[in-house]
Amino acid sequence: MVSEPELIPRLYRSLYRIRRVEEEVARLYPSDKIKSPVHLSIGQEAVAVGVCDPLRRDDVLFGTYRDHATYLAKGGDLRRMMAELYGKATGCAKGKGGSMHLIDLSVGAMGASAIVGTTIPHAVGYSWSLRYEKKDSIVVSMFGDGAVDEGAFHESLNFAGVKKLPVLFVCENNYYAIHSHHLTRHASDNLCERARTYGMPAERVEQNDVLAIRERVAAAVDSLRRTGKGPHFIECMTYRFKEHVGPNEDYQHGFRPKAEAEPWMKGDPVKTLAEQVPAADRVTIEREVEAQVQDAIDFAEKSPYPDLKELYTDVYAE
Amino acid sequence: MSMPSEERSLTYSAAILEATDQEMKANSKVVVFGIGVDDFKGTYGTTMKLAEKYGADRCWDTPLSEDAMTGVAIGMAMAGLRPIHVHIRMDFVLLAMNQLINIAAKARYMYGGQVSCPVIIRAVIGRSWGQGAQHSQSLYPLFMHCPGLRVLAPATPYDAKGLLLQSLRQQDPVLFIEHRLLHGQKGPVPEAPYAAPFGKARVIAEGRDLTLVGVSYATVDCLRARALLKKEGIDAEVIDVASLKPLDTRTILDSAAKTGRLLVVDSGWTFCGAGAEILAQASERFQDGKPLKTGRLGFAPVNCPTTQNLERAFYPDAAKIAAASFELVRGERREWPVVETAAEVLNFKGPF
Repeated sequence: MVSEPELIPRLYRSLYRIRRVEEEVARLYPSDKIKSPVHLSIGQEAVAVGVCDPLRRDDVLFGTYRDHATYLAKGGDLRRMMAELYGKATGCAKGKGGSMHLIDLSVGAMGASAIVGTTIPHAVGYSWSLRYEKKDSIVVSMFGDGAVDEGAFHESLNFAGVKKLPVLFVCENNYYAIHSHHLTRHASDNLCERARTYGMPAERVEQNDVLAIRERVAAAVDSLRRTGKGPHFIECMTYRFKEHVGPNEDYQHGFRPKAEAEPWMKGDPVKTLAEQVPAADRVTIEREVEAQVQDAIDFAEKSPYPDLKELYTDVYAE
Repeated sequence: MSMPSEERSLTYSAAILEATDQEMKANSKVVVFGIGVDDFKGTYGTTMKLAEKYGADRCWDTPLSEDAMTGVAIGMAMAGLRPIHVHIRMDFVLLAMNQLINIAAKARYMYGGQVSCPVIIRAVIGRSWGQGAQHSQSLYPLFMHCPGLRVLAPATPYDAKGLLLQSLRQQDPVLFIEHRLLHGQKGPVPEAPYAAPFGKARVIAEGRDLTLVGVSYATVDCLRARALLKKEGIDAEVIDVASLKPLDTRTILDSAAKTGRLLVVDSGWTFCGAGAEILAQASERFQDGKPLKTGRLGFAPVNCPTTQNLERAFYPDAAKIAAASFELVRGERREWPVVETAAEVLNFKGPF
């Protein structure tokens, strides 16, 4: 299934970069330089990277507040992301959005939202427009298993199914909405069944494996782009290593046992793929990524805070 | 901008249809959707035959999914389209509050000025013939409260057309609030497309003794009250607020400075209503000058009943406005014993 020789190094670079960025965010967090709630994707990077790798630059992604990984995987600017977390004027939202609203329109990383499920219909509306304007870009809507609880999920999938829109729905199922296990919130664990009810093919990828995810997404994207047969749903099973929000672990609080996390940590998607990268490539990639991450931190540290007049700009167009 | 002299006359609903039709013709990015917009009733005529004329891609019926369809409109606007989402009653907009307030109002700001959401939400306030608690609300203060939204409530066919066209040519989300009893009202409307400016109140009748400010349909009652007051020798100036946000406080307060008396009539509840905001701004401006006498009227502070006698008591009308005005000017009560219930209220036979 893997033919291009650059694929594994490319995926590894993306995975490793996201992991290292978030590890640095966690390391810096106690310094209080990042005054923004951070929802880390450590453990879940394979989903963002596997989904974004087959996409074109002009394909569009709508994500969630746990958006560092999707933003970076879609090609969002690292310096401007770090500056945004620092609340600096050079941030991707000029310091007005913070970690939960990362945006880079130049690569189709649409702004994320802190309200669970709200960007799902945006993705659907955007895909309606693309088809109306006869463009062959597609839209990806990424959300967590918590968003499946929301009415907007069902209304949006139904509408996308009715109109046969070119949108790929990806549910990043990490089992927990804050501290609630999905089986305490869902009458059935078969989320794919729900998506099929709305008239679209649906599949689940069990392994937290970037290659498996990428393969399914590439096939779905190709079909969406070429056939116009309508939406597609993929559920990716994954696991959050850190707490819901913040830089720490949360196993000591008792709502989820460490034993539950251990198999996922053993199958850590970054480490697993690292073993498949030729040693020399790996050293180069890691060295280059470390330099990029340090550069982004330096950029954020040195950047100025927004001018006070910025408080009153961007409320209205004029 | 002054009102045009007698030209051609159109109903309010025909003015909305004409604005939509003209802009759909001029701009292929304009798309209209909502529950029933393409059916044989055409949303009280305001979307009549647009689907036939422009195709099912430009004017379409939606599932009963106000929340997601508002999000869909936002996604379409982010992609550069000009969606108009129509609600046959404003009460249903409550199902869309998350998208309107958490996203549409905030997108430009929280994404650092990079995202525009020029969605237009058309919402109809119901009244009369037993509409009741859930088909009569006019929730414009909820939206006026939030930075990032434009809130319009045209009272005349002229402004209905002009403000809708302006809404379609600017970059912010707009709550475009209509009143069901205004739909049949006629007034001068030029045929050629024109844009009316946001944030411009209209002095629709001049006077020197008292300033009456009407919101939406209340403007019609203010004009009727003006006629009642005239018989008592009281000369009322009537202002149609037209645009609630931005709010043309200047025109209103300049008038109040002239007359020394300001009565605001909401088409809604008075508590935290448009009147509350206008009078708060008046109190800030008139702290050192001559004293300003103020008052406000609106719905009774209860939920709207269906039975006719209670419903009539629930709403402000010309007699109540005249009585409150008389007291502001003369300092004593004068009741108008005969409640002249307006023709459009009596003639409205619903069911919608």
